[in-house]
Amino acid sequence: MIKQNNVIKQQNCHPELTRKLVELAKRNFLFLLGDSGSVKINFTKIFKILKLVQNDKDFYKNFSTHIILITVSLLSIFPFIWLLSTSLKGAGENIFAYPPTIIPKDFTWANYVGVWQRVDLMRYFINSMIVAGGTVLLNLILSSLAGYPLARMEFRGKKIAFFSILATIMIPFQAIMLPVYLITLKLHLVDSVNETMGFIGLIMPFAVSAFGIFLMRQAFLSIPREMEEAAIVDGCNVFQVFWKVLLPMVKPSLAVLAIFTFIGSWGEFLWPSIVLTKETMYTLPVGVNNLQGMFSSNWRFIAAGSIISTIPIIIFFLAMQKYFISGENEGAVKG
Amino acid sequence: MFKYYGKTAPYLFLLPAGIVLLIFFFIPFFQTIILSFQDYSNSIYNANFTGLQNYIAILHNPTFYKVMWNTLIYLIVAVPILAIIPLFLAILINQKIRGITLYKILIYLPVIVSIVVAAIAFKWLYAQDGILNYFMQLLHLPAIGWLTDPKYAIYSVIIVTVWKGLGYYMMIYLAALMSVPKELYEACDIDGAGFFRKHLTVTIPHIMPTIALVTTISSISAMKIFAEIYVMTKGGPLNSTKTIVYYIYEKAFENLDLGYASAMAVILLIVVMIFSLINIFCFERGKYNL
Repeated sequence: MIKQNNVIKQQNCHPELTRKLVELAKRNFLFLLGDSGSVKINFTKIFKILKLVQNDKDFYKNFSTHIILITVSLLSIFPFIWLLSTSLKGAGENIFAYPPTIIPKDFTWANYVGVWQRVDLMRYFINSMIVAGGTVLLNLILSSLAGYPLARMEFRGKKIAFFSILATIMIPFQAIMLPVYLITLKLHLVDSVNETMGFIGLIMPFAVSAFGIFLMRQAFLSIPREMEEAAIVDGCNVFQVFWKVLLPMVKPSLAVLAIFTFIGSWGEFLWPSIVLTKETMYTLPVGVNNLQGMFSSNWRFIAAGSIISTIPIIIFFLAMQKYFISGENEGAVKG
Repeated sequence: MFKYYGKTAPYLFLLPAGIVLLIFFFIPFFQTIILSFQDYSNSIYNANFTGLQNYIAILHNPTFYKVMWNTLIYLIVAVPILAIIPLFLAILINQKIRGITLYKILIYLPVIVSIVVAAIAFKWLYAQDGILNYFMQLLHLPAIGWLTDPKYAIYSVIIVTVWKGLGYYMMIYLAALMSVPKELYEACDIDGAGFFRKHLTVTIPHIMPTIALVTTISSISAMKIFAEIYVMTKGGPLNSTKTIVYYIYEKAFENLDLGYASAMAVILLIVVMIFSLINIFCFERGKYNL
């Protein structure tokens, strides 16, 4: 029975086949109701449907495509599903049981309550928001400011500026993190001074990126020069041209930059785990990693904490999905 | 066009970004090189210039070779997988069939979720009595110490990196596939070419630059792996998952051997720069209008 149900579900791949299947199903809908035995199954009709499916080359092609994509999709989310499942299992259920159960038998929210009470996840969330928000804001300002002269102005040293910025792409943060840390210490941008300085220290090394500057430069290059000329004739100075005329026109690029900077900053782990010393300053990734130490082998709590920490970014992703999966902004997130 | 801006305006616009890049990129860059010639092993407050001593010490350190070997395994295993499977997925997803958006969302999900959560999720799958070993049992295979057996640990970590990268590289390929002329596929259909023939003769030659791009980007990020290792294995067991960035981190922030760590950072820097140069000048010229 299950097999035929699947056949019906797969119907949308081919319009003509769909029509035929729906027609057959309507005439013979009873077989869809299940295998309770009380339902009379017309095998001739079922074989007819199977024959139809077999004869349709397109359907087969799409069918195997769907099978592969469903498998990959399941593999992509399975680790989270298993984590979610574990987080909802109560003390009465062995989380190491063989065979494993995906649907909790001893369903409970207790792990969420427990981890929420013992760990200040809200605090981590707010810290992450401050760091990601500050990083996004600075990236938008600094990248658009720097992108403008590189796109529109002629000045001495332009080539040097251009290639210096390009060169930073080749310098991995991981290779220079030690001196970055020493400089951050020297500038007192650490949480042992005070919280504000701690946040500034978390943000500043990522306040601007060559990627952002070049993205904004490209955006400014695509604006017709007449726009600026008209504004100048109207009596705007260069800063007004930038602020009132050009910036509103590059909003789509600013949105792209904001979104991808946010994702990058939100997931950043290496830098905060180097500079942070106080637990109250932890960002979500550092806090979540810390769960492992706090609840050593209490996987129910670790799982619950991890799931909570993931909810905000998943909401953000679903709300902004067109920016991620439209295929237009490829390569914007740094791998 | 007439020049409407003063002599100083361009510099004023560049100044804020310039200051940040100077303090957090260029000065650290040169300081890394300087530190690599200094000896801090006795005290971090008292350095003396020692020339190439750190580099010589590195070349006599068996752990360094182990670490480089691990990084090389990462490159050899992860990069080809990340160049081929996402391409295959992108070809499948670049069709007009039902549910494409849902597939894209699900496959892209690991990309946006924090690597720390991903690593924790996998650590749980890899547990000794965990679900993966249950599947092994179902297949009548012996249970594996996924993260505890030095033979397998690095591959278990590579699986996480690959799993997290699939969606990212798939989207890069998808953008490239959109630029392949449709007529070529139609011609293939008329000739009666099958799926593999069609893509081998039309798709692959057309998106060769993108394949090369994905190869270099994934190589660069494979060399920068850190979080997976930190969260899952801390470089163990027996250094079997210690990669170059983790080793630099350990030397710099746990052993406080700044000179030694910097010398390794310079080696990483050189390798990454070579890959980046290839990347920028061969595949991403358009992005920077070079």
